Amino acid sequence: MANVSEPVHAGAAPGADHGHDHAHPSFLQHHFDTPAQQFNASKLGMWVFIVTEILMFGGLFCAYAIWRALDPDVFDQAHHFLDKIMGASNTIVLLFSSLTAALAVRSAQLGKKNQTSAYLIVTILCACAFLVIKFFEYRHKIELGLLPGHCFGHPWFSGSIQKGETIGTCLRVHADQAPGNPTWLKAIDQSGHVQLLPPRANMFFGLYFVMTGLHGLHVIIGMSVLAWVLVKNIRGQFSPEYFTPVDLGALYWHLVDLVWIYLFPLLYLVGKPE
Amino acid sequence: MAAVDIPIAGGHADDAHGDPHANYLTAKRGIGSWLVTLDHKRIGLMYLAAVSIAFFAGGVFALLLRLELFSRGRTIVDAETYNRFFTLHGAIMVFLFIIPSIPAALGNFFLPIMIGAKDVAFPRLNLFSYYIYLAGATIALTSIVMGAVDTGWTFYTPYSVQTANSVISMTFGAFVLGFSSILTGLNFIVTVHTMRAPGITWGRMPLFVWGMYATALIQVLATPVLAITLLLLICERFFGIGFFDPKLGGDPVLFQHFFWFYSHPAVYIMIVPGMAINSELIATFSRRAIFGQFAIAMSSLGLAILGFLVWGHHLFVAGMSEFATMLFSALTFLVAIPSGVKVFNWTATIYKGSIVWASPMLYAMAFIFLFTIGGLTGLFLGTLSVDVHLTDTYFVVAHFHYVMMGGTVIAFLGGLLYWWPKMTGKMHDEFKAKIGFVFVFIGFNVTFMSQFIMGSRGMPRRYYDYLPQFEPFHKASTIGSWILAVGLFITAYTLLEALWKGRKAPRNPWGSAGYEWMTDTPPCLANFHETPILTRGPYDYHLATPEELATGWDEIEAEEKAAKTAEKKG
Repeated sequence: MANVSEPVHAGAAPGADHGHDHAHPSFLQHHFDTPAQQFNASKLGMWVFIVTEILMFGGLFCAYAIWRALDPDVFDQAHHFLDKIMGASNTIVLLFSSLTAALAVRSAQLGKKNQTSAYLIVTILCACAFLVIKFFEYRHKIELGLLPGHCFGHPWFSGSIQKGETIGTCLRVHADQAPGNPTWLKAIDQSGHVQLLPPRANMFFGLYFVMTGLHGLHVIIGMSVLAWVLVKNIRGQFSPEYFTPVDLGALYWHLVDLVWIYLFPLLYLVGKPE
Repeated sequence: MAAVDIPIAGGHADDAHGDPHANYLTAKRGIGSWLVTLDHKRIGLMYLAAVSIAFFAGGVFALLLRLELFSRGRTIVDAETYNRFFTLHGAIMVFLFIIPSIPAALGNFFLPIMIGAKDVAFPRLNLFSYYIYLAGATIALTSIVMGAVDTGWTFYTPYSVQTANSVISMTFGAFVLGFSSILTGLNFIVTVHTMRAPGITWGRMPLFVWGMYATALIQVLATPVLAITLLLLICERFFGIGFFDPKLGGDPVLFQHFFWFYSHPAVYIMIVPGMAINSELIATFSRRAIFGQFAIAMSSLGLAILGFLVWGHHLFVAGMSEFATMLFSALTFLVAIPSGVKVFNWTATIYKGSIVWASPMLYAMAFIFLFTIGGLTGLFLGTLSVDVHLTDTYFVVAHFHYVMMGGTVIAFLGGLLYWWPKMTGKMHDEFKAKIGFVFVFIGFNVTFMSQFIMGSRGMPRRYYDYLPQFEPFHKASTIGSWILAVGLFITAYTLLEALWKGRKAPRNPWGSAGYEWMTDTPPCLANFHETPILTRGPYDYHLATPEELATGWDEIEAEEKAAKTAEKKG
């Protein structure tokens, strides 16, 4: 990205003065010797941070792999209840926002302040659009009672339910009315087929909510970071020599995008091996 | 440079940091200057204070639970309270003390100095991680007030889902503490990669820094998995997502896998820094280039890598396939290789060295002795057939206390005594430090050797009551814990006394060739008056100049004499 060609640990030339008397660019922190060293440190720091994020999501992907291997049929049945259109729209929105984030870095490198601001604003708006679409998806799931764990089959917005009562496109089927008995869900999925969902499907929706919820949290964090970068940019704190926050903010945003690129097919498009 | 005249990022650094040549302790005064300091040395000392308090708290719980076990049946508390004692002892010691102890306190202070840097790469992140630590500690400790957690520090499901106590505040505290650990590790990795002074190549990098680097890698790679595990546990308690609940199709053993995927590497977050300190102590007090410097450095990385592959040995009896247990057992044995590399290289360094029996060296020797016992008993537990007998007995308790306390805590104390003059500018009383050592060493062995014996005879861990044949061992163990406590109090007193009554310490009181002894005592704000340019390794006693190796005690004595005569005249 940046035109930084000095070796990573070059430090200062031997014998250089390291007091505070000589002229430093104002963005250079006191403990770094050169802007290149500072940039490299910041960038490496962000990469290491991204590694920690990947490992955190890694735990969830691992859990996903285990339960899908144990219950491929349930995953197949349950995934039909996710809205592929909404998921695909969100994928496009995020991919586009990654492009604008990368363009923001490019224009920051070229010193085009207003262009950088514009690209950042588009990126943030895309993030908002993503969250709005996600909100409608969540609301739909919650209305149907497609919820994790104990909440599975208990729609929050529809009062007390009788046996066999229809809720939206969803029908609860109790094998037995005894309290604590697992609930089966009979429902019409996104493609209009009637499906009978076993109680074990709660695990799929548990994963769905935890994974997309954690990802959604990251979208919010990423938005805040980009907004902070935007404010700095409007204040004119960046230049072709110093644009590190734009670069790192965009890098973080790409991670948020990338996680979704994996979540979308794993949750919305799983299918079953023939 | 383009016209960027608004100060940004560290632009205010010049106001925040005073004269780079001033003593870091006295350059700025007042509590406020400490609370907002970005100086890695001051942050290191603040961490030291915080982890010492945690060590004290964890120690009090240890003494209480040992006292309860002094005699059969009820001694001082009921079984519920006893459960809380051992949980709080474990959780405080692991999350609040051992994990941050060496990296965040001594590592923060010495890592930048030992690579000739002015500070860590991200000083504000460093301070931030300290406050996250305090926040995490506060959240974790509120659980004591809100009905202390009683699940054991491992929070195994289903206990942790079913117990009525405040699991959430304790696990959320551990979650927050994990972030602090990640940020420290991230800072260290970047610092080591980008901030080394000219001449400090990877090959010349001090072994303490290598150890910190390996530790940082584990912190960064393992801790996020703990974060997600604890998050899932919190979701389980809050929303009943059922990931670990068989009633809802989940699996409690999965929690153990997740938990130990972090917590086994975390064991290396605890012990590798101890080894890192030990390498420094052994070289300095043998006055000899460390034997196999490259091998020791690589063995730290080896432990970091192997640490990720052996978590399954905590679950041999929890329900795993035979093939998996065999694989984990074999991988576990591999850990003995890098550990052995270290122990043999230390011994080879001592061989024909001119050994100085200063108090840190006593701790270093104790480390080798105790770590060897702790390490070898680990092989017993890694053996499948033996583990079935020994699992969840006091043998396991004794094993990890020999590694964690006999290893890490001993090295931490050795490192504190070794670097105390550099950190504070005051020399402690060596005689008292050695007395303290004797008590610690004897007390420790009495406490835990008896646990090995009763463990091998089948005394299960975490039990409130026990059979009559175990009574003598429990009594011995409890008495040992008192001796240990006395030793630790003597050591703490010795260190604190030095602050008020200690002699002024010279630049290099131990006559070491290490880089950190080349700068002032205590170091100046920028660590070095000029960026050092190193032309030799930190253990090259044959290349070090006599001025570099001079202890400086002569000048201190001359100063003291002059002061005395002036006093007499005055």
